[in-house]
Amino acid sequence: MAAPKTPVTLPDYQVERIGSQIAEGETIKSARPHVLTDVVTNFCPGCTHGIVNRLVAEVIDELGIEGKTVGIAPVGCSVMMYDFFNCDMIEAAHGRAPAVATGVKRVHPENVVFAYQGDGDLASIGTAETVHAATRGEKITVIFINNAIYGMTGGQMAPTSLPNQVTQTSPYGRDVSKVGYPVRISELLATLDGVAYVERVTCDSRAHIIQAKKAIKKAFQNQIDGVGYSLVEVVATCPTNWGMTPQNAFQWLRENMLPYYPLGVYKDVVADGFANAAEAALERAKDCPIAQQGKEA
Amino acid sequence: MADTQERVLMKGNEVLAEAAMRAGCRFFFGYPITPQTELAAYMAKKLPLIGGTFLQAESEIAAINMVYGAAAAGARVMTSSSSPGVSLKGEGVSYMAGADCPGVIVNVERGGPGLGGIQPSQSDYFQATRALGHGDFYMPVLAPSTVQEMADLIYLAFDLADEYRTPAMILADGMIGQMMEPVTLPPERDLSTLPAKPWATSGTHMERKHNVVNSLYLSPEKLEKTNFERFERYAEIKEKHQRQELMLCDDAEIVVVAFGAASRIARTAVRDARAKGIKCGLLRPITLWPYPEKAINQLLDNGAKQFLSVELNMGQMVDDVRLAVNGRADVSFYGRTGGVLPTPEEVLEQIEKIAQNMERGE
Repeated sequence: MAAPKTPVTLPDYQVERIGSQIAEGETIKSARPHVLTDVVTNFCPGCTHGIVNRLVAEVIDELGIEGKTVGIAPVGCSVMMYDFFNCDMIEAAHGRAPAVATGVKRVHPENVVFAYQGDGDLASIGTAETVHAATRGEKITVIFINNAIYGMTGGQMAPTSLPNQVTQTSPYGRDVSKVGYPVRISELLATLDGVAYVERVTCDSRAHIIQAKKAIKKAFQNQIDGVGYSLVEVVATCPTNWGMTPQNAFQWLRENMLPYYPLGVYKDVVADGFANAAEAALERAKDCPIAQQGKEA
Repeated sequence: MADTQERVLMKGNEVLAEAAMRAGCRFFFGYPITPQTELAAYMAKKLPLIGGTFLQAESEIAAINMVYGAAAAGARVMTSSSSPGVSLKGEGVSYMAGADCPGVIVNVERGGPGLGGIQPSQSDYFQATRALGHGDFYMPVLAPSTVQEMADLIYLAFDLADEYRTPAMILADGMIGQMMEPVTLPPERDLSTLPAKPWATSGTHMERKHNVVNSLYLSPEKLEKTNFERFERYAEIKEKHQRQELMLCDDAEIVVVAFGAASRIARTAVRDARAKGIKCGLLRPITLWPYPEKAINQLLDNGAKQFLSVELNMGQMVDDVRLAVNGRADVSFYGRTGGVLPTPEEVLEQIEKIAQNMERGE
């Protein structure tokens, strides 16, 4: 169980951000979530995948759903997640996780099914699967890691790479006049009727990590409650392929990523007073007679 | 659902759907394309009535990945398409093979390449029998030639898929798909006798170690070992499941080899040749993979001297005939392509030519 740890002093920027410091002599209790296996991950030092994996694991533990959870990890840095998680796992082709998740969920609606996807996967090669799983209102949970680069293949331009960002395949900086603009997935998906909940979070500080966990928990809870499709976009770092130290990567994220990808809730039908995405969709189409057919009296 | 042994007049594509449901298929994921449309429409109508799921996917790629997910979750599941759509499914079929996930893929072939046409064709023979997708794999490929066989073979395809943990394909064509014939529908499959799927990802329920459905092996030795194991299963399929129909072959010196729609035409031509005194028979492969090599060897042992492969393409299966014959007899080819069907007279003419050459050679 929990091994007491020595007091930790947070780096300055985090202290500044959360406005508090861990007191002298205070201990932080920490234990491996049950759903995480006891293996060393393949994530690079300083990579935020590890944090998000951990948050997903804590949420699965806290909701007590390990036994009925099925995770889908498609091609990308997170593809080896089947080694890290104790719940049933499926490895999927690049971009296809939402379709695979659909297959699993349709066979076992009582299972909790999540897809964990990167930006190249979710927002480029798998755009169709992403958009259509969302608009169908598949009752699945999607964790979207947006670190503005292809990590596993060594740092190519991603659909979410920022304008002028230098990558292996945009060596002179992303030239938007030639290759177009980054995709803002949360904003895009929030327009779709099948979507119950979309929030963009990050994990550059303790406060943001706590917020990210809250969002991830909500996205899983929504599925348990049958509310509709839920996605949490995590603005993340890739120190290795950004060519930065982890600290500088967080700094770059705050200076460049967050202004382009503002944090916040983009859609939350429950907060808007609806029972689920379907009810919200019905209201939105209230002037369309055919869409109102079958509406309960 | 109706009585289990009734004889009805039905369209080939609809029979595929009805027999699949009777085989226990409760999940269908597909995308519209001619000439398999009736299959999906039938599923859309009937599946919800028996507690099943029909879902029209956003693409063929999504459809096959839904099949992969449902198969991983332990369901009997299928998809159907026609040639251009089947190309798109290649990625998912490869993943299914790599992750040992059973499922049935129907290809109601049309002419190609490219968008091709919508008339019957057998131009996807290579694609079906040489691994539909990247990597080292095969899958059972069954070729119906009648509406009755549409029912019988899709029933068999589900069983082979489950038994050997592999995708399996029905390779039909627009002619068999669109035609109506009387058919005796198979009984409802007793699902209690299906092989258990302890590997399925349907939740651990905290009662077992977690299951992983995966085709990624970063260690070459592990991947090689996995492929070796899979090919042991393939060897067993080859040993146990070669199927064919032989007609008038007992004393045949000329053997016409044809499957599916082409075999219906060849059958008439072979009978006509017999009527003219030519010692001619028909070998109709029912399994295209595994290819009926044993039957070909038997025919060679019995004195077959000439093989004529008749196909609705530019000559694809003829390669398998040559491989099986292995130089022990002459092999020739006749085919029409692009959706054009040869007439029995055209095929008869080929048989007669071969017979004349044989006489001259003697």
